[in-house]
Amino acid sequence: MSGMEPLFGEEHDAYRETVRMFVQREIDPFAEDWENERDYPRELFQKAGAAGLFGAKFDERWGGTGPDYAAEAVAIEELSRSLSFGTASDLGAHSQLAALYIDRFGSDDQKERYLRPSIAGDLLGALAVTEPGAGSDVNGIHTRATRDGDDWVLNGSKVFITNGAWSDYVVVAGRTSDDPGHGNITLFVVDAGSAGFEQRRMKMIAWHTSHTGELFFDEVAVSDANRLGDVGSGFASIMTNFQWERVMMSLSALALANLSLETAIEYARERTAFGRPVIRFQVWQHRFADLAVRLRTSKALTYKALRLHIAAEQGQEVPREELVRVTSMAKLHSQRLAWEVADECVQVHGGAGALKEYPAQRFWRDARVGPIGGGTDDIMRNLIARSLGLGVA
Amino acid sequence: MRLTPFTEEHDLLRSTVRQWVETEIAPHVADWEERGDFPDDVFRRAGELGFLGLAFPEGAGGQGGDYWSQVVFLEEVGRVSQPIAMVLSVQTDMATPPILEFGSEAQIDRWLKPALRGELIGAIGITEPDTGSDVASIRTHAERDGNEWVLNGSKMYITNGARADFITMVVRTGELDQTNPWGSISMFIVDTSLPGFTVSQKLEKAGMRLSDTALLYMDDVRLPAEALLGVEGEGFKQIMWELQGERIGVSIFGVAGARALLEAAVDYARTRETFGQPIGSYQAVSHRLADMATELEAVQALVYECCELWNRGVYATEEVAMAKLAVGQMSNRLVDAAVQTMGGAGLVEGEFVSREWLGMRIGRIGGGSDEVQRQILARIMGLA
Repeated sequence: MSGMEPLFGEEHDAYRETVRMFVQREIDPFAEDWENERDYPRELFQKAGAAGLFGAKFDERWGGTGPDYAAEAVAIEELSRSLSFGTASDLGAHSQLAALYIDRFGSDDQKERYLRPSIAGDLLGALAVTEPGAGSDVNGIHTRATRDGDDWVLNGSKVFITNGAWSDYVVVAGRTSDDPGHGNITLFVVDAGSAGFEQRRMKMIAWHTSHTGELFFDEVAVSDANRLGDVGSGFASIMTNFQWERVMMSLSALALANLSLETAIEYARERTAFGRPVIRFQVWQHRFADLAVRLRTSKALTYKALRLHIAAEQGQEVPREELVRVTSMAKLHSQRLAWEVADECVQVHGGAGALKEYPAQRFWRDARVGPIGGGTDDIMRNLIARSLGLGVA
Repeated sequence: MRLTPFTEEHDLLRSTVRQWVETEIAPHVADWEERGDFPDDVFRRAGELGFLGLAFPEGAGGQGGDYWSQVVFLEEVGRVSQPIAMVLSVQTDMATPPILEFGSEAQIDRWLKPALRGELIGAIGITEPDTGSDVASIRTHAERDGNEWVLNGSKMYITNGARADFITMVVRTGELDQTNPWGSISMFIVDTSLPGFTVSQKLEKAGMRLSDTALLYMDDVRLPAEALLGVEGEGFKQIMWELQGERIGVSIFGVAGARALLEAAVDYARTRETFGQPIGSYQAVSHRLADMATELEAVQALVYECCELWNRGVYATEEVAMAKLAVGQMSNRLVDAAVQTMGGAGLVEGEFVSREWLGMRIGRIGGGSDEVQRQILARIMGLA
């Protein structure tokens, strides 16, 4: 059999409709208010859980409907097309990071306690790796976990933790040794309300509704039953999961880019200049055509990465270097593009592009996170250069 | 989840094509390029080996393969020489598919079968001195005279034009009606041995010098009735169909060429040293190549999606226009980045990278310029 296999089937189209309806009913009508209030109701998680938005990639045993990563991609695309990207980012961090870590690296007991209620939307999660002094350089984190009898004691701080300001639990990366190599980091699940654990919301120029937080750990006692995976396995776990996180971000950025382009075109049709709609000017027609081409190539690349992930999830042999190479490329290509599309969306709006009452500036601000979060553009280029056999001598 | 569109059979074909390209093409390319010529034998050999009809049905003299076998062929030639890929693609993706698609049994026997054997060389005739992508404005015209057509006019920038045995040509067959300029256009298979057909000039080009690009002149060429290809008056629609396959074809070998250039630049960056270390260990160089590799990977992914659609018989005007535009843009940026990476070595005449730098530029002009692709897209997107 030759040719390419389709990514999506009829069941995925039906699921897309479900997620789209959810967005149209539960998010979009309130997006403007939420944006102004910089907040949204926590109950949204339960509603999303009840609608089956968190279950696609998880096994039925834990309340999921999968594992089906193509369906998961559908959910990501549709949620990211909502008018509240910050909210979608919170939901994504909960499901694609926190819950997925529990699923991949947790024991049955941990899955019962954290994964099942996460899929239902009853318990909110976040993942905490980045610190004030270390981001993509994961091995450079300072938050320390020290063994104390049966427990562990955590000290340190984390920043830019999406959904972390109000989550019920946080998957935390802590340093458990200072040996050379990559076996120094261990993952722990820390419950909100633990003595010495503080969650603070950060004020960001983007993702206004998102509960991105700063976390502080001052002698926080964590039971060994909440250690996620083996001692020292954290670095490898984080590196593995980065790949899915980056595909997820690519799908998400492209959804936002599509929304920006559609919004820009719509405005260009309505706005007149020199006696005709702006859309009648060839420079704008061609600029939009160019952006559509770049979006389409970016989507083809992201779907290529998605195919590799689905194959790997289905147990097929997928060389890790190939997965990292294509995923890094998709991430690099899509994040910068999403911001550039949003920037042209602001441009076509002229002065209105700066006004809060138009969504253009919001897309532009929200898209700017992409080339930084989840591994910066330059980190992606380092990884891609390495795949070409280039790098530091 | 299948991760490659190719089967083992395709892989076998790939190694056969590669062997031919490496022994019979690659060693001569520099010389051909310098001479501005190459032997007709290239077509004959490709035909003998079955490479000119890979995706054509056996009944029409082809190998009966799917479109992915044509992809293999264009990739293998494209990685060695863009101009050779171009002249072969004119034969396999431009001049001959319309004969299969619109032609009669007799035309298939008379023109297509020998062309697939490499015994006849074909060209595609659209552009004229005064019109290119604006096909509806062509002036070359044929008038009925009894059982014959009398052809007058000229065609410009015709690849293979100086050596072609036949030209699959779009011609006006009625008065230009400004309200329906597409209505009076027809296609013909023009036998270049007929009296009145002359190659008035072989054009000197900056790049792709080995291929012959010609200005053709037709002065009262009397075509037999059976030279009409397809339906009279449907030529515009037919040539739009031809352009789909043409644009996918050039996209495929364009991507393959870009990948070979990236590899050449990466190899150079790994071995060339400055200030005591390979230039590829400097982030300024490695990140530039990483960006190019990313762009290439994205564009290739889209081109493959087009191949898949074409293989399934889907007429995907939007995706194909996007791919054509994206490949031209990407390959031009990439080849320039390769020259920059190689420094002086990238400017030496007759070398792979400098040669392709000169030749790649046509990718943004031929087969519908960048601007024309954007205009097509703007129309499809409902903007224009």
